[in-house]
Amino acid sequence: MKKQGLQIAGFAAVVVAIQMTASLTGNVYHLTQLTMSAYYSLVVLGLCILTGYAGQISIGHAGFFAIGGYLSALLTTHNLSAHGGPIVSGLAAMGILTRRPDLYGGELLTVHPWPACIFAVLTAVAIAFAIGGPVLRLKGHYLAMATLGFGIIVYRIVLGTELVGAADGIYDVPAFPLLPGIAVSGKSSLRVTNYYVAWGFVILGMVLLLNLVRSRVGRALASIHGAEDAAEAMGIPTARYKLKIFVVSAAFAAVAGVLLTHYNGGIGPSESSVMKSVRYLAIVAIGGMANLWGTLLMSLLLNYLSLRGYFGTFDDAVFGGILILIMLFAPDGLLRRQLFEELKGAVFPSGGEKET
Amino acid sequence: MMNLDLFLQYMVAGVTYGTIYGIVAVGFNIIYNATGIINFAQGEFVMLGGMTAVTLGRFLPLPAAILGAVLVTMVVGALLEILFIRWLHRPSVLRMIVITIGLSILIREAALHIWGEGVRALPYFTGTSVTSIRLGGVYVSPQVLWVVGISAVVVAILGGFFRYTLLGMQMRACSANRDAARLCGISAKNMVTFSFMLSAGIGALGGCIVSPITYVQYDSGVPLAIKGFTVAILGGLGNSLASAAAGMLLGILESLSISVLPAAYKDVISVAILLVILFVRPSGLFGSAEAARLKEF
Amino acid sequence: MKLLSVRSISKRFGGLKAVDNVSFDVPQGAIKALIGPNGAGKTTLFNLLSGFLRPDRGSVVFDGAEVLGLMPHQIAARGMARTFQQIRLFPKMTVLDNILVGRHLRSRGGFVSCMLHLPFLRKEESGARETCREILEFLGLSGQAEEEADRLPYGQQRIVELGRALACDPRILLLDEPAAGLNIRETVEVGKLISRIRERNVTVLLVEHDMSLVMDISDEIVVLSYGQKIAEDKPASIQKDPEVIQIYLGEGDA
Repeated sequence: MKKQGLQIAGFAAVVVAIQMTASLTGNVYHLTQLTMSAYYSLVVLGLCILTGYAGQISIGHAGFFAIGGYLSALLTTHNLSAHGGPIVSGLAAMGILTRRPDLYGGELLTVHPWPACIFAVLTAVAIAFAIGGPVLRLKGHYLAMATLGFGIIVYRIVLGTELVGAADGIYDVPAFPLLPGIAVSGKSSLRVTNYYVAWGFVILGMVLLLNLVRSRVGRALASIHGAEDAAEAMGIPTARYKLKIFVVSAAFAAVAGVLLTHYNGGIGPSESSVMKSVRYLAIVAIGGMANLWGTLLMSLLLNYLSLRGYFGTFDDAVFGGILILIMLFAPDGLLRRQLFEELKGAVFPSGGEKET
Repeated sequence: MMNLDLFLQYMVAGVTYGTIYGIVAVGFNIIYNATGIINFAQGEFVMLGGMTAVTLGRFLPLPAAILGAVLVTMVVGALLEILFIRWLHRPSVLRMIVITIGLSILIREAALHIWGEGVRALPYFTGTSVTSIRLGGVYVSPQVLWVVGISAVVVAILGGFFRYTLLGMQMRACSANRDAARLCGISAKNMVTFSFMLSAGIGALGGCIVSPITYVQYDSGVPLAIKGFTVAILGGLGNSLASAAAGMLLGILESLSISVLPAAYKDVISVAILLVILFVRPSGLFGSAEAARLKEF
Repeated sequence: MKLLSVRSISKRFGGLKAVDNVSFDVPQGAIKALIGPNGAGKTTLFNLLSGFLRPDRGSVVFDGAEVLGLMPHQIAARGMARTFQQIRLFPKMTVLDNILVGRHLRSRGGFVSCMLHLPFLRKEESGARETCREILEFLGLSGQAEEEADRLPYGQQRIVELGRALACDPRILLLDEPAAGLNIRETVEVGKLISRIRERNVTVLLVEHDMSLVMDISDEIVVLSYGQKIAEDKPASIQKDPEVIQIYLGEGDA
């Protein structure tokens, strides 16, 4: 546990250092991409546990991101002013609905971000529960196909539905008042605050996942990945655990979707595309499959580079290429634990205590 | 409400698209039978065929352009296999799927950079876009007849190839029992390469014949791959004849769905069907439950 | 007292009757062996007992309760642990971790508790580790605790799998060919280990091909052939049973 604390502290220090560097050198706008990178990393971390650790491959996680983001966006931008009636007034009185002026001086009556976000995440979780059961009964490539199919369905639905903006998506999504004085929004005055909010979420997520991985449940998940029959024979309810970890990873993606949508002030269909899902998977792959820290670092780097435009028009090709290369040469991932152990063994021949 | 004529028009559209889905599925099956791999780049072969033919068609007569496109795509198929697949040692099916997904992305990106985002189409083989022949109560473009006709011929030739030619029988031997085939002197590795070439060629031909009606663009491949895969599973992976039938079924279902659902959701139908099959009966409509095992690569 | 009662169990795969109307009991504290030529249905029977396969007919009463139709993890929770014919250790985990998985049933802590790293988990984890180290000592593998399990020599891997099953604190242990692939010395060690397991109050039902091991340690033997029970008796009587001798004719001494 101490080692984990040190790792977290070290990472937090890096986060702070990056911010200070950016601010001091006048490159504050880089923080924007880094903030977005943080939210994408949340998705990737959830996927890392599911695919790398528990061995259940998902090529459709962008779908959960989109469900979270779109629902929250829809609820906080859809004007209910026209709808009279007791329910609407009742909800408004309770504070669930909130009023604000729109661009033309009229009045917008929408759901307040807090209930909207909670509803969005819960819905994503519910959907994950519903489809997880049948999907996770499938093995190997059928599972991959099913998750791919799920992602495509979400994509097609958001792309084709007028209510959520079809090809244009939803914009003018309001800020999310997380705490008094701290709002998730793209306003440049709140840039540094939002940077820390985003990475704060990531660190929180890391702590939860690291705890999980190093616990009896984490061990059970790894054993399901290693030899599912044997795990079942040891009393581990494999179907139930697979479902739960699927739901956890979907929740991570949905929360990320909600937060990033409010940060960006909008969301579009491309967030649920197959390419996005492939990206998440590619990052998990290059990060070492079952390696949370490796995946996080790779996510930070690759998302930042991609968002800054370093890959130019070859953006998709880069991630596709990464996926191919890893799958061809190092299917267990580049930064796999074994590699570290081997290097450590070469440098420190006496060997050290092995962390689970 | 739908009258008979409208219904028949939908059917014609359904049959047209269904034929292409069937062609893609046949391509899936050839590779699956030979290797156990589900080749996600299958849709890209169709796209490459269409796009290359259009480019060649600028300075070659139509039949030569099509032939050229088919040959070029076959070379691409062979290269894919040789560079990325041949030297892998007993990879898992899952790993192969992910690799082929990556390959389809790369091919798509390459196509984007070569041809840009625009849509292309070959000219109609006979007549123009407004020519139509009257069949029964429906007006059918002659291109539809070309599509169905050529596809039927291809399926028939394939059947004959696998049954009566030495190479075809060697490929069947390889898929049935790899090690035994090798003991008989058949080079399994070459069979695999050839299966990729064959799949690529068939896909390319499909892309050519259907492009006048459906147009091709750099990202036409993905939805085709999904639908082709749905059809292949629907008919039972590995069963080409069933794929053809299943292709028709999907095409018609999709086409009819426009009368009930908004057109934007048309593509959801095939994916929804895919999910239903995977959950309920992964062996497909015609496959047997025991035969739905994973094949050894 | 009959710990395990198998009644008229049958399982058919297509046209093949893998297990045909088999009945037998395993008394508490006994070491009972299931023998028979290859294809006799022994492993299928294990899979039926431990919940991995559903029988077409019959009943399995374990510790007084019917377990037919339960999921394998539920049957394990009731006290039936098993090993596998082909070793199924968890590949990228250490020996200690493999055995720790066996303690899963004897600890609490679900997803939420583990993510929040609630205080009671620490005690549970150290308690589990303590127990597993004891088991490793019992098995004579204390030195291998931190080794990656699938790097061990084959014989030791079999022992680790046995230890993992022991960690479940089972009332009955189903061992599927524990001596498969072992040499004579290793087989004798396994035999001694099984006897010592019985002394810990664990009933044992094993499938085995190695006749010397079977004859040595079993209290009773059930003989299967083509899915049917041919004989059930003490080792000495089985050795003289003409039917048993006949089905093994030509097999030679294991």
